[in-house]
Amino acid sequence: MPTVMFDVEVERSDGHATLRMKGDLTGSSRESMDTAYRGASEPVVVLDFRNVTYINSTGIAVIVGVLAGARTDGRQVRAFGLDEHYRKIFQITRIADFMAIHDDETAAIG
Amino acid sequence: MKAFRRSERSSTPPAGRTSPVATLAPIPIADHDPLAAFLVGAGGPVDVDKIELDSPALAAMRESGVTMIVPLISQGELIGTLSLGRRMSDQPYSVDDRRLLRGLAAQVAPAIRLAQLVRKQEAEAKDRERMEQELRVAALIQQTLLPKDVPSLPGWEVDAYYRPAREVGGDFYDFLPMSDGRLGVVIGDVTDKGVPAALVMATTRSTLRAAAQRWDDPGLVLAEANEVLVAEIPPAMFVTCLFAVLDTGTGRLTFANAGHNLPYVRTGGGVLELRATGMPLGLMPGMEYEVRSTELEAGSVMLLTSDGIVESHGPDGSMFGFDRLMGLVGGTGTASALTSKVLAELDRFCGAGHEQEDDVTMVALRRIGGAAESAATFDPALLDRFEVPSVEGEERVAMERVTTLARAEGMSASRLEQLRTAVAETVMNAIEHGNGYAAETSVEVAVLRMADRLLVRVSDSGSGPVMDAVTVPDLDAKLEGSQSPRGWGLFLIEQMVDALRHETVDGRHVVELEMSLEGAN
Repeated sequence: MPTVMFDVEVERSDGHATLRMKGDLTGSSRESMDTAYRGASEPVVVLDFRNVTYINSTGIAVIVGVLAGARTDGRQVRAFGLDEHYRKIFQITRIADFMAIHDDETAAIG
Repeated sequence: MKAFRRSERSSTPPAGRTSPVATLAPIPIADHDPLAAFLVGAGGPVDVDKIELDSPALAAMRESGVTMIVPLISQGELIGTLSLGRRMSDQPYSVDDRRLLRGLAAQVAPAIRLAQLVRKQEAEAKDRERMEQELRVAALIQQTLLPKDVPSLPGWEVDAYYRPAREVGGDFYDFLPMSDGRLGVVIGDVTDKGVPAALVMATTRSTLRAAAQRWDDPGLVLAEANEVLVAEIPPAMFVTCLFAVLDTGTGRLTFANAGHNLPYVRTGGGVLELRATGMPLGLMPGMEYEVRSTELEAGSVMLLTSDGIVESHGPDGSMFGFDRLMGLVGGTGTASALTSKVLAELDRFCGAGHEQEDDVTMVALRRIGGAAESAATFDPALLDRFEVPSVEGEERVAMERVTTLARAEGMSASRLEQLRTAVAETVMNAIEHGNGYAAETSVEVAVLRMADRLLVRVSDSGSGPVMDAVTVPDLDAKLEGSQSPRGWGLFLIEQMVDALRHETVDGRHVVELEMSLEGAN
């Protein structure tokens, strides 16, 4: 599996901002994720994981960082597009307690 | 694009009259000649002396006496012209004449267009047929030259597999009986594809057979083959080739290599690469070939391949690679089980419906007997052992290699995902904390099988802090900001595997992951 550069784009809609992530989510993704998170001010942040190719523990730390920021800012974070394995990891690490994980985009926005 | 010239009359003159020029040679109109564009826009027959254009075609037409040009247009394109000289009566062309010609052109143009297209299609069909024929010939040549069967040797299992690409690529293998009950084993690859490659393959095969009659030494066999091929094959072509001589009684293998992929051997101590240097055959005269040897003990399995396997690409563009192949050799099972596993993994990696890029060739030999035969379950069997440098990102290489092996051993899909994460995190820790990214260090990974469990042992140089007992990361504290968001690795590893152990052995930290193969074959 080759390493894939991380990239995130912000899509703003009414009431929520969707962060569309692509590539490997690791510690090196921290800056782009920070910028993307601050790149919108909507109260709801939706994380689109569909095109994320790989997540390791440092990537999980990046997500925790986003969650910590959201807690301070009073914003809500939701996620969709995670496969079985990563849903399990988010549950084991209790990240799922602080970030609602949905089956698809419609469910995440609704 | 051609110009059609017709005189006003047919070419058969009425009796008693001499006919003027009937038809003249066509005058081509080049694509960028301004006359072409002019005629498309003309809308009907044009008098030549009314056209003012810097056009070589027009000049040529004027010179041969053309006075009127009727463009033949189909679907907005100029496909030809009807060029007329002077009327025999020398009268100018009347309005009726022009109307007649315009009507004629309208009928004729599409018919000519159709004829052109049909001719083009027929030519293409012929080309395709010729190419298919060449592929059939190449395939035939190759098939008649490959061994029909594998040799049957007491105490050994031999398996061979060959699957040509659509454009047959020049792979070959052979088994040669040699003196004193020894077996010569050859695998090779001719550059290029199709009939030329197949013919060079034929030459190479017979040259090797002849040389093997004269020399027992594989280096001398290759050297002699090289001289012949340099002289006989086309200059741009060459052949990679591995020639090995196996003493079937003692297991001693002597080999020489002319630039071919390295063979791998599964031994009690892990997977070995067999290295001997030498240039491909057919490039330069006077080459010498290094000869090396090794002992194939009972239970060993040797795999020879062509580069069609490691160079195959997956849908994301990545290469199958040597690491995966070596990992597969490290597994358990017979020679034919190994070739099946490699194929299954190759097909899985490339994806359903992929077009095979290059020939796939494998020869596998197993020396029957040894501990692996008796299902001794208390001694873990070493399946694979390798090292990665202490560089960020290398954990991915380790992860892929171990996962490939575990998959081949039959681990279930969801457990494979867990193992994948656990190995990546463990190796990442070893690189970062165990070795501190120090350049001269590496992380060693060993994969062992014990009955229905897989053990993965990751060792670092031991200079880092000893692993603490795994604690559950405090997510609340992290979210509050009173703790760093990091620190998930160890926790994750423990959650992913069936058992996690660590110890210090000879000054090195060793972390052992255990995953059940429950439900596997």
